[in-house]
Amino acid sequence: MSKTLFDKVWDSHVVKKIDGGPDVFFIDRHFIHEVTSPVAFLGLKSRGLGVLYPERTFATADHNTPTINQHLPVEDPLSANQLKALEDNSNEYGISHWGLGHHKNGIVHVVGPENGITFPGATIVCGDSHTSTHGAFGAIAFGIGTSEVEMVLSTQCIMQPKPKKMRINVNGELGKGVTPKDVALYTISQLSTSGATGYFVEYAGDVFENMTMEGRMTVCNLSIEMGARGGMIAPDETTFKYLKDKPLSLKGEAWDKAVTHWKTLKTDADATFDKELTFNAIDIEPMITYGTNPGMGIGISKHIPDADAVEGGSVTYKKSLDYMGYQENDVMIGKKVDYVFLGSCTNGRIEDFRAFASIVKGKKKAEGLTAWLVPGSHEVEDKIKSEGILDIITEAGFTLRQPGCSACLAMNDDKIPAGKYAVSTSNRNFEGRQGPGSRTLLASPLVAAAAAITGVVTDPRNLL
Amino acid sequence: MAYDKFNILKSTAVPLPLENVDTDQIIPARFLKAIERKGFGDNLFRDWRYNSDNTVKESFVLNNPIYKGEILVGGKNFGSGSSREHAAWAVYDYGFRCVVSSFFADIFRNNCLNVGVLPVQVSDGFSDKIFNAIYKDANTEIEINLPNQSIAILSTGEQEFFEINSYKKENMLNGFDDIDYLQNIKGDIEAFANGLLL
Repeated sequence: MSKTLFDKVWDSHVVKKIDGGPDVFFIDRHFIHEVTSPVAFLGLKSRGLGVLYPERTFATADHNTPTINQHLPVEDPLSANQLKALEDNSNEYGISHWGLGHHKNGIVHVVGPENGITFPGATIVCGDSHTSTHGAFGAIAFGIGTSEVEMVLSTQCIMQPKPKKMRINVNGELGKGVTPKDVALYTISQLSTSGATGYFVEYAGDVFENMTMEGRMTVCNLSIEMGARGGMIAPDETTFKYLKDKPLSLKGEAWDKAVTHWKTLKTDADATFDKELTFNAIDIEPMITYGTNPGMGIGISKHIPDADAVEGGSVTYKKSLDYMGYQENDVMIGKKVDYVFLGSCTNGRIEDFRAFASIVKGKKKAEGLTAWLVPGSHEVEDKIKSEGILDIITEAGFTLRQPGCSACLAMNDDKIPAGKYAVSTSNRNFEGRQGPGSRTLLASPLVAAAAAITGVVTDPRNLL
Repeated sequence: MAYDKFNILKSTAVPLPLENVDTDQIIPARFLKAIERKGFGDNLFRDWRYNSDNTVKESFVLNNPIYKGEILVGGKNFGSGSSREHAAWAVYDYGFRCVVSSFFADIFRNNCLNVGVLPVQVSDGFSDKIFNAIYKDANTEIEINLPNQSIAILSTGEQEFFEINSYKKENMLNGFDDIDYLQNIKGDIEAFANGLLL
C-alpha cells in the first residue's frame, strides 16, 4: 500500500496497537531541559523506576538561563534550582548533560541538529512544543507533556493516537527579502492557529526543496503555531550534506547504509493525505504580526484587517487589538518599535545572524532602541565571530549576548517591559509572552534588522 | 502521577468564552520554575486575575464570586501554544476536573488526560447553549457522565455526547495512567528496541 513519509516513519515505530486506543510509540531520541523535566524525575523516583535507555536522552539547559555573564552563578534561586535538578538528575541516571558553561550548550532545538543527534526517519520528542523543528530532517518530532517525559525516561515509549495527515505545498520562487519565516507566518495566517490541529504536516514543493536546513528548521519549528503536532520535510542531499560529519552522526559504512535507507523516506507518488493545501511563493511578502496569536499576521505593506473580515469572535479580536494598542485598518509600516529580539529556536541560527547583518552592515542602531541578539548555541556564537558578523554588528552599535531561549519566553531576565513593542524573530506573540504586558510583533530576521536601524516597522526590501 | 478517579461530575461551571486561550495565559512562563508539582493553581490565569501590583482584577471571571464549580467552559481552540503540562496542573490544582470547549489544542488535551482533567469537546451550538444557560443562571448545573460519554445542562435537560477513546476512558474511570500500562509491556518494548539500527 502507498505510504506517505509520515506513515513510513510512524508505522516503523509502533511497538503495539491498542484497540480503540493510542499506539505504543517508540522514541529514538529524547531531549530534556530544566523546566519540564524535574517533575518527571520526581515521578520516576516515587515509583522506584529507572531510565530504560539513558543513551537515547540528551539534556541541555536553555529555558531559564541568563544570556549575559554565564560564568557567574545564576542569581535567581528558582532558576538555579532547576538547573541543578537537571544536572543532578542527568548525573544520577547517566544522561549526557550540556549544562550552562558547557561548550555544546544552547537551545535544545539548535544543538540537537548541529551535533547530529537528529537524523532522518527518527522519532524525537521533548517537553517543548517547538520540538517540531527536527521534522526538517524527515523525522517525526513533537512536543510532549511532563507525564510523557516520565514515560519516555522509564520506557522509551509514549502512547499516541496516530494523527491525520496534511500536505502543504508551496511552489515557485520566493521574492527578494522573503524568508522561510515569512513562508511559515504566511501559512499560519492562512490556516489560523488551529487550522492544522489533529494533523501532522508534510511540507512539499520547490520552496522547501530549495531551502537550506536552517530555513527548513524555521518552517517546521512553527508547525505547532497552526495547531499541528509537527511538520516534516523529506530528507534529500541538502539534509545528508548538513548531517555528514556532525559529531554524533554515523560514520563510514554505517553512514552509507543509513543514507541508502533515508533516501527511501519520501511520500509515494500515489499516497493520499487527509487534507492538502497549495500556496504560491509569489503571493508571500515579508510578514509581520499585529495581534496576540501567530495567526494574526499580514504582509508588511498591508493594513490590519477589519474585525468583520476575520473569522471567529470579534470580542476576542478586539481584545487582542486593544492589548496591542492598535486599531482596525492601521498600517503596520511606521509603527514604533522599542525592542528587537533576534534569536530563539525559530531564528537563532547562523543564517539568521547573516541575514540580520546583511541589513545593518554600515548602518547604526536606532537611537533609544534596545536590541537583544542571542545566538542559539555556542557553535552559532563561534560562527558569528569567525565569519566577521560580530564585527559588522558591533560596528553598527549592537552587542551579542550568550546562548539561550532568552526573550522568546522571558523566563530569565530578558523581559520586554509592559506596554513596549518588540519586533521578535521568535514564535509566539501571546499576551505577556515576552514579559508581563509586553507587545510582540513576530517577523523574520530581515524585518527585525530593518526595525533595529530605523526604530519603526520597516519593509526590509527597501534596505537590501 | 496518579489522580482521582473520574466517573460522574455534577457541578456549576465557570464561563470563559474567549477564543484561542493559550497556555501562556493559563500559566505564564515565569511561574514554571518549581521542581515539584504543587501550588500551580495559585497562578492559573495569573495575568488575567491580578494586576501587575498583585491587586485583584475584579472584572475577570475567576474573581467573580457568582461563578464557581469544578467545570471550566472555554471558547474555541482552548489551550493552544506550549506543551507545558503545568497548564493542565494549574487547571487541576485550582479545582477544575473538567474543561469544556468546542475545540481543544492537541497537546493541552493530551496533557489534561494524563493528569486527570477531562477535556470534553462539544459542538459550537452546544457550547453556545452552555454559555447561555450559565449567563441566565450562574447556579445552572452541568452533568458530565464519563461512562455514558454525555454532557447535560440540567436546567434545560439538553444533552450531547462526546468522544474519548476507550483506553483513555478506562484510565480516567480507574485513575490509572500510561506508565502503569507501559511498565506491563516492557518486554515488548525491549524486543522492539533490540531490532533498531539507531
